Amino acid sequence: MNKIKSLADLKKIRDEKQSGLQTREKGEAAENLVQVKVAMATCGIASGAKETMEFMTEALEKRGVDAIVTQVGCMGYCYAEPTIEVTLPGAEPFVFGGVNREKADEIIEKYIKNGELVDGIIPVNYETID
Amino acid sequence: MSKYSMHLLVCGGTGCKSQESDVISEKLKKELSKQGLEDTVQVIMTGCFGFCEKGPIVKVMPDNTFYTQVKPEDAEEIVEEHVVKGRRVERLLYTDPETEAHVEDSKHMGFYKKQLRIALRNCGVIDPEIIDEYIARDGYSALGEVLTNQTPEETIELMKASGLRGRGGAGFPAGLKWDFARKNEADQKYVVCNADEGDPGAFMDRSILEGDPHSVLEAMAIIGHCIGADMGYVYIRAEYPLAIARLKIAIAQAREYGLLGKDILGSGFNFDIDLKYGAGAFVCGEETALIHSMEGDRGEPTLKPPFPAESGYMGKPTNVNNVETLANVPAIIQKGAEWFSSIGTETSKGTKVFALAGKINNVGLIEVPMGTTLREVIFEIGGGIKDGKKFKAAQTGGPSGGCLTEKHLDTPIDYENLVANGSMMGSGGMIVMDEDDCMVSIARFYLDFTVEESCGKCAPCRIGNKRLHELLQRICEGKGEESDLLRLRNLGEVIKDTSLCGLGQSSPNPILSTMDNFPEEYLSHVVDKKCTSGVCTDLLEYFIVEENCIGCTACARACPVGCISGERKEPHLINPDTCIKCGACMEKCKFDAVILK
Repeated sequence: MNKIKSLADLKKIRDEKQSGLQTREKGEAAENLVQVKVAMATCGIASGAKETMEFMTEALEKRGVDAIVTQVGCMGYCYAEPTIEVTLPGAEPFVFGGVNREKADEIIEKYIKNGELVDGIIPVNYETID
Repeated sequence: MSKYSMHLLVCGGTGCKSQESDVISEKLKKELSKQGLEDTVQVIMTGCFGFCEKGPIVKVMPDNTFYTQVKPEDAEEIVEEHVVKGRRVERLLYTDPETEAHVEDSKHMGFYKKQLRIALRNCGVIDPEIIDEYIARDGYSALGEVLTNQTPEETIELMKASGLRGRGGAGFPAGLKWDFARKNEADQKYVVCNADEGDPGAFMDRSILEGDPHSVLEAMAIIGHCIGADMGYVYIRAEYPLAIARLKIAIAQAREYGLLGKDILGSGFNFDIDLKYGAGAFVCGEETALIHSMEGDRGEPTLKPPFPAESGYMGKPTNVNNVETLANVPAIIQKGAEWFSSIGTETSKGTKVFALAGKINNVGLIEVPMGTTLREVIFEIGGGIKDGKKFKAAQTGGPSGGCLTEKHLDTPIDYENLVANGSMMGSGGMIVMDEDDCMVSIARFYLDFTVEESCGKCAPCRIGNKRLHELLQRICEGKGEESDLLRLRNLGEVIKDTSLCGLGQSSPNPILSTMDNFPEEYLSHVVDKKCTSGVCTDLLEYFIVEENCIGCTACARACPVGCISGERKEPHLINPDTCIKCGACMEKCKFDAVILK
């Protein structure tokens, strides 16, 4: 990693990373890939988010789905941990709660592969500043 | 690849379900198959939208149409008009109460602005272990701006103008605090992040550190520049191993990029950050106790003044801010003081994160603009009380705060209003209680905590809280007298007035506030020796409801002291004189005939 030497330098890196944010692993534009975010704060992990994340990463790879699985912080839905957010190419993100192995499997088979929604959707009810 | 081109999301939350949302879902499916669309449009029940007031909710994706107060008979119209013809059903759209216009797209609904994530802006969005993701979301650009284009005075003025106040509890204006630390000349100054989150049930600071550690580091560097410090410490409890691990990664990455260290962004400004671990004592959240703990001394508070801004860590001017306060700072610098001060109330600007817990459907971490009412938080965001029970109170401010009741539901939440109503903001724990909770027991629970956590340095807190606790214990056991209530109040007031630090000065609050709001409950405990909520077991007796009892004898056989009498197929009876209140009979009864009263 090179040092960032000025504000202009920082802005350049920001612009680079903004377009590259989602592509770091696949080298392809994010819009064409399935994106999965797993809420991995202490509480999520305690509810099994680590297993969910591992399963998601392995299963998607094995089943030949081009996807980016990343860990993120708390999404705020304590009552429904582990929670994941799935964004299909060109679609709005969906958040699913209570995602254990079985649920994760169902989400891959039904939603990710087929676009068919499954139970456990959590409607997002907040705005985030950019 | 998707075989469905449209989804109809029907709310399956408790509120909507009780208004037949499952029937709506069935009818939608039926209508779709009538049109031969069951393979292209999917109907699915979701979790609670939180907008229970206007339920049942049906949301159409991908166009984000949000239908409110839908009835089963509306299914046909939704399918025929919206799904088939692509025309929205106007009369079911949400009407904005202010403009009286129909809102087509849910993203423009005021309801979605009930929650606004500023401090939590990156939580659940970026990978906290990758600095590039933070930078891509404009991370460190506030620091760049401050170092390149602002003088420390300008930054402090901006912060003052924004109206940001400390989120750790007391609500002291952040800009003013920085100004004090700046004006105290010294060869060395420090910036400290208070991550000693101790209120039972509050976890927003942990969530921020675990989900967005760089925002805190960036803010600390900004403060360093403002006050003239080159070293910062995060004082964090050792019980937060994941937060610590992510902070360490974040610090290492920031150093590699040169965003911490020498000559940051070529400005000549040096700043580095290190961690200090706390052992989890509640009192160490108090800034003077925190500083003593950092120095390796016992975590005990000292009198202010001198304030840490004059003489803090190692006797040098030190600025201490809480995690949530810091997480707001980069956003304020990027978006400006005017933007921030446009959110919130007259005296309290911005948003506040609350950890919603207790008897509420959607337990979770929420962030709302100051001035949001308790009703909006509990019934619109929190999805209401569990099992359809009645709301009784919400405790804010943890063991230092008090409870808000039904009459406070429409009070806008801000620092001043909470204090005026006998509670306080605190760090943002919000514990919701229903009709089954006994307020005397709740007060005793918080006193348990303060007695345990009192550092023992000053007598009012060390001895006084212990006595308060004993009084409450007696009342809960049915041994209390009416005069105990006066004693509770007097002693509580004395402890508040005479304790050394914030812990003792606020520890009687849960008692005083529950006494103010629920005097009848205290009276029934000491006069009638009854606990109306059925919590204080010493005050309860087991009864058999004659109408429900079929005389199966299961309870009598389970009773270890043989105090239940009655013939087979005849109602049974419990002898209260010999009953030891073990509850075995209640467990065994399949007919809900045994009750506690």
